[in-house]
Amino acid sequence: MTTPSSDVLMSFEDAIATFDPVMGLEVHVELNTLTKMFCGCPTEFGAAPNTQVCPVCLGLPGALPVVNQKAVESAIRIGLALGCSIAPWSRFARKNYFYPDMPKDFQTSQYDEPIAFNGALDIVVETDDGPQSITLGIERAHMEEDTGKISHLGGATGRIHGADYSLIDYNRAGVPLIEIVTKPIEVEPALAPAVARAYVTELRELIVALGVSDAHMHQGSMRVDANLSLKPRGRAEFGTRTETKNVNSIRSVERAVRFEIQRQAVVLSSGGTIVQETRHFHENDGSTTSGRVKEEAEDYRYFPEPDLTPVAPDEAWVESLRATLPESPLLRRARIREEWGLSEHEMQSLINAGALDLVEQTVALGADPADARKWWTGEIARISNERGLDVAVLPITPADVHRIIVLTSDGALNDKLARQVIEGVLAGEGGPDEVVASRGLAVVSDDGALLEAIDAALAAQPDVADKIRDGKVQAAGAIVGAVMKATAGKADAARVRELILRRVSGA
Amino acid sequence: MPALDRDDVAHLARLSRLQLTDAERDHYGEQLDVILAAVARVAEVAADDVPPTTHAVPVVNVTRPDVVVPCLSREDVLSGAPAAEDDRFRVPRILDEEEQ
Repeated sequence: MTTPSSDVLMSFEDAIATFDPVMGLEVHVELNTLTKMFCGCPTEFGAAPNTQVCPVCLGLPGALPVVNQKAVESAIRIGLALGCSIAPWSRFARKNYFYPDMPKDFQTSQYDEPIAFNGALDIVVETDDGPQSITLGIERAHMEEDTGKISHLGGATGRIHGADYSLIDYNRAGVPLIEIVTKPIEVEPALAPAVARAYVTELRELIVALGVSDAHMHQGSMRVDANLSLKPRGRAEFGTRTETKNVNSIRSVERAVRFEIQRQAVVLSSGGTIVQETRHFHENDGSTTSGRVKEEAEDYRYFPEPDLTPVAPDEAWVESLRATLPESPLLRRARIREEWGLSEHEMQSLINAGALDLVEQTVALGADPADARKWWTGEIARISNERGLDVAVLPITPADVHRIIVLTSDGALNDKLARQVIEGVLAGEGGPDEVVASRGLAVVSDDGALLEAIDAALAAQPDVADKIRDGKVQAAGAIVGAVMKATAGKADAARVRELILRRVSGA
Repeated sequence: MPALDRDDVAHLARLSRLQLTDAERDHYGEQLDVILAAVARVAEVAADDVPPTTHAVPVVNVTRPDVVVPCLSREDVLSGAPAAEDDRFRVPRILDEEEQ
């Protein structure tokens, strides 16, 4: 077995000076249906081993599968969102292989009759000359089922190599998957790794917008296999490809493609040949190592699944699903950026904070986009980072944030108090108004109370009072600070300043 | 339909993870030939206007709603397993020494 460090690599620049990379990306998306593809077992992530299985997904004799209607609808919606044609007639097939991750000894998949085919996805890649828009072809999207989870034991590494035996949990076996396959991608060689990354990023956004999967790469609900081959510049026919599996983050997609370009370039330029094989990606050093030699399609002995009826969506059904498609994430981002007048950088930080939807919903309630962004990407994002959670799962809603913005702009809260209200809402103390009431957080707007505090502060710091009288207005800051302290931060600083100046000038 | 040779049978045996002796290869090769000949006969009878089918009855779109139904108990699930450990199915080493 090849160890990661034994691979000599050509520099990326040298590799792309001689070779043109050709990529094919296969993305598996686990649907968020409540039940499996062909049986009513739940699909909940993280359940105790072998508690979500039944005779169908265990492949027990006589058990008969029935297709999940929701999974078919999700598949069609994904196909439509990718601009694909929807097959008026498509069948399932058995992909036969012997590996214990499927108790049936075959995976029910689609082979020559996928539900969706021939589409395209627009992506945007950052280049030295600024963002560049590229359209990638989609070959097909088809329905299949996930496999069980195998743990290899007895070896030193927890990997199949060297293991003495393996343990299998079939909870995941039969969970609906959609496999989305690109057409061969041939772009400017230097951009290939970034294009792979941008494609997976854009596809993930689309899947999330469709609401058909949570598409968490680290949990395996979205997985990428990257096919890559090189051809000497000027040659038309493709070279032999490898398929890198186990690519579990968006950043890894870019690294895996880059590594394979550099590795294959060395092999080819030293007169060697590329073996058609699967390769494993290693997160720690970004390398790939040889896996099994890839079986030919005919070795899987595909044949139509006799236990399932064909899926034949009529036009009315397809059109009713088309009507449910969301705005494309790419167009939506462009629209929002323009409407809110954001820079590319501001838009990106909004997306990175995972707050685009939340800010949009807050704005829809009537908040100013700048105010909504300030709270969601500021205090709330800070707390979500602290807790290691997505902003979207924190127990605070766009309606809560909208209310906080209203209270702040009405002068009932200042920023400091607003942060305490957010803290209270997140602690489950109720909505913003309840938190304001129960914690007594309203801004002190009673001038009488403020003047009392101001007089006390001026009396305590007579030298400051003199400075202000001498026209050194900035000295008032010390008094403002004292008043804020005296009121536990509940005063409106601007109002306090105004009152101080008026007081000192004897008005 | 050409008859299967020993290599074809050996290839099929490998895909099926079956270890066959030469005598067994010949034996099963002959049986597979009979099956292939029978299928070829059907193909001869079917005219070009008869599309290949996988179902005797023309039914499409048989689906079920996305509703959870009870699963088997884990005791039942593992009761049929030749070996189990840690609530999971236990299987022998997957890769042979030579494959490693």
